Amino acid sequence: MRSPERERFDATVARTIADRRLQDWLADFQALAQEAHDDALGELDDVEAWRDALSDVRAHTVAHLDHYLEQFAANVEGHGGHVFLAATAADARAYVRRVVREKQARLIVKGKSMVTAEIELNPMLEAMGVEVVETDLGEFIVQLTGEAPYHIIAPALHMTLGQIRDLFSREAGSELPADADALAAYARRRLREKFLAADLGISGVNFGIASTGTVILVTNEGNGRLSTTLPRTHVAVMGIERLLPDWQSLDCALTMLTRAGTGQRISTYVSAITGPRRETDEDGPDELHVVLVDNGRSRILGTKYEPVLKCVRCGSCADFCPVYGAIGGHAYDSVYTGPVGAVLTPLLDGLDGHVELPYASSLCGACRDACPARVPLTDLLLELRADAVRSGRQPASWRVGFRGYAAATTRPSMWDAGVRAAATLARPFARDGFVRSAPGVLGKWTAARDLRAPARRSFRRRWRDPSTQPGERR
Amino acid sequence: MITCLGDALYPAVGESAVKVLRGLGVTLDFPAGQTCCGQPAFNSGYPDEARHSARAFIDAFADSEYVVSVSGSCAAMVRHHYPGLFPEGPARRRAEALAARTFEFSQFLVDVLRVDDLPIAYPAAATMHHSCHTLRLLGVKDGPERLLDMVDGLDYRPLPRAQDCCGFGGTFAVKMPMVSEALVDRKVDHVLETGADVLVGLDMSCLMNIEGRLRRRGARVAVKHLAEILAAGWRE
Repeated sequence: MRSPERERFDATVARTIADRRLQDWLADFQALAQEAHDDALGELDDVEAWRDALSDVRAHTVAHLDHYLEQFAANVEGHGGHVFLAATAADARAYVRRVVREKQARLIVKGKSMVTAEIELNPMLEAMGVEVVETDLGEFIVQLTGEAPYHIIAPALHMTLGQIRDLFSREAGSELPADADALAAYARRRLREKFLAADLGISGVNFGIASTGTVILVTNEGNGRLSTTLPRTHVAVMGIERLLPDWQSLDCALTMLTRAGTGQRISTYVSAITGPRRETDEDGPDELHVVLVDNGRSRILGTKYEPVLKCVRCGSCADFCPVYGAIGGHAYDSVYTGPVGAVLTPLLDGLDGHVELPYASSLCGACRDACPARVPLTDLLLELRADAVRSGRQPASWRVGFRGYAAATTRPSMWDAGVRAAATLARPFARDGFVRSAPGVLGKWTAARDLRAPARRSFRRRWRDPSTQPGERR
Repeated sequence: MITCLGDALYPAVGESAVKVLRGLGVTLDFPAGQTCCGQPAFNSGYPDEARHSARAFIDAFADSEYVVSVSGSCAAMVRHHYPGLFPEGPARRRAEALAARTFEFSQFLVDVLRVDDLPIAYPAAATMHHSCHTLRLLGVKDGPERLLDMVDGLDYRPLPRAQDCCGFGGTFAVKMPMVSEALVDRKVDHVLETGADVLVGLDMSCLMNIEGRLRRRGARVAVKHLAEILAAGWRE
């Protein structure tokens, strides 16, 4: 019996794999992203030392999260900002609703923020009758299509220029050219109006610097700065684990984030926001609110899954993942896509409804090798699989099968008998030593591949027979 | 270490490895207690069942000075995952001791035996798939190609995107068949691009997967383990 989420997953995967254009594009995209990642990291003198440094500082921060959160919050407040620690998504939404009501905001501009999608903020704001405009170009596009983002840093990755042209032309009410510069110019014009008219700006936080209470935003479009400076009120939403102790660690984190994520030495804009506008500032919001979102993260602390909290959201894992390249971002059914999504989503949202995610991996390890923060993604996927089994979320027949297999592996004579039996059973189905159509679960293999049949005589039988011993006799 | 697939499906690979290692002067034994390292259970989320297999495996090789595996993923299971299967203490130490003595076949030739010359001729156009666990968990990178370089007459063609997963992933191949098929198709496309007559590999699970798809697509590419190439071309 397939669960509804497995049915959805299979349907999305089937559609994505059948889409030749998308498959070719994903392959091209991954090749480009991998090259950019490797080239940019290759410029560093000792990339493994840099990865160790990032892993160490993030692991340290997460291991002492309560201390750094307190320090961060105290410093934000010391600079005149407001801090709210939201235990749940509902708490976070409720706080934002209060601020939006208090400010009587009618138009909100948003910088890219995965955590605001995680807590489902936009639907709440829209239900309040507020106009919310995503200002990151990729998010702007998928906001118009109503789709989930396709990739951690490239939300509209799956769309063609032609599709975006059609989308923008419908919005504009006139035919726009299928030209990247022209389409970007249209988005810029639209967004400019919104930036200038917005009452409130909502952003995510790439890194929170605990020692100074600073919100760091990393963008290539400048929308981060515009959406947090022009409106009178700025609300920054941050997952509690997105902290760094100090500016020195920011050097490491920023270097690795941009080089690994986009192959850039640094992003076009790095904005550092410490408190709301001061008397001596030319511009800036009157009020800064930082919403710290827990939503299941503290449950991960102190467990074998803690390393996933080191993630800096660079997207490298998806860039290197062969499964992502075949199934695409929407199959993950979550705001978090790719390997880190396959780990994080079941952890934050529970395994129910996501049990296929930890199994959507061949465990090739490319993600683990690519991760600048050394998140041991394949090991975490294995742990999730073991948890899925322990909690009874896998068919009992598999457990029976593996128990039987384990028993055979501890009794060589039983093993030997099993191998002989398999060889005998396979013989009528095999031609040339291969089976083209096998029964049961093996039928899934033979649907697409020939299956090598067991050999007439196993290795151990040949070894035992002196006449078949190669070279010297035993 | 002949491995479960080596014992049941690919005995010729084990025989080839024996021939090559003996040819290089190594004294060999095949401890009969070995069956399967437990990787299939472990990768599917059954670490307790895997631990049973692991214990038997560790016992089987207790007296072996070196353990040479004809499959990279099995060597990787022992080296990377065995210690963590056991709680701290004597069982874990035994696992660590086995891990330290376990090598994948090409790794053993290059890093332990330090082979720099082989009496082998094998005229054929060949390409090689690197196998994820062998590449990433064991760190086996240029060793196999260095060995193939020593083979007279071998026309070696690098496989495009050799580091890409073939899509086997153990039970992944039957749990997520659509995705596995998409991945193996890409791998087969790359193999065919090279125009090679032979695909060489270090891991029978990958070879079984790619070979199965090559055959189904009607491709006339032979699939051989590195040991088979070396043994077949061995000049006495």
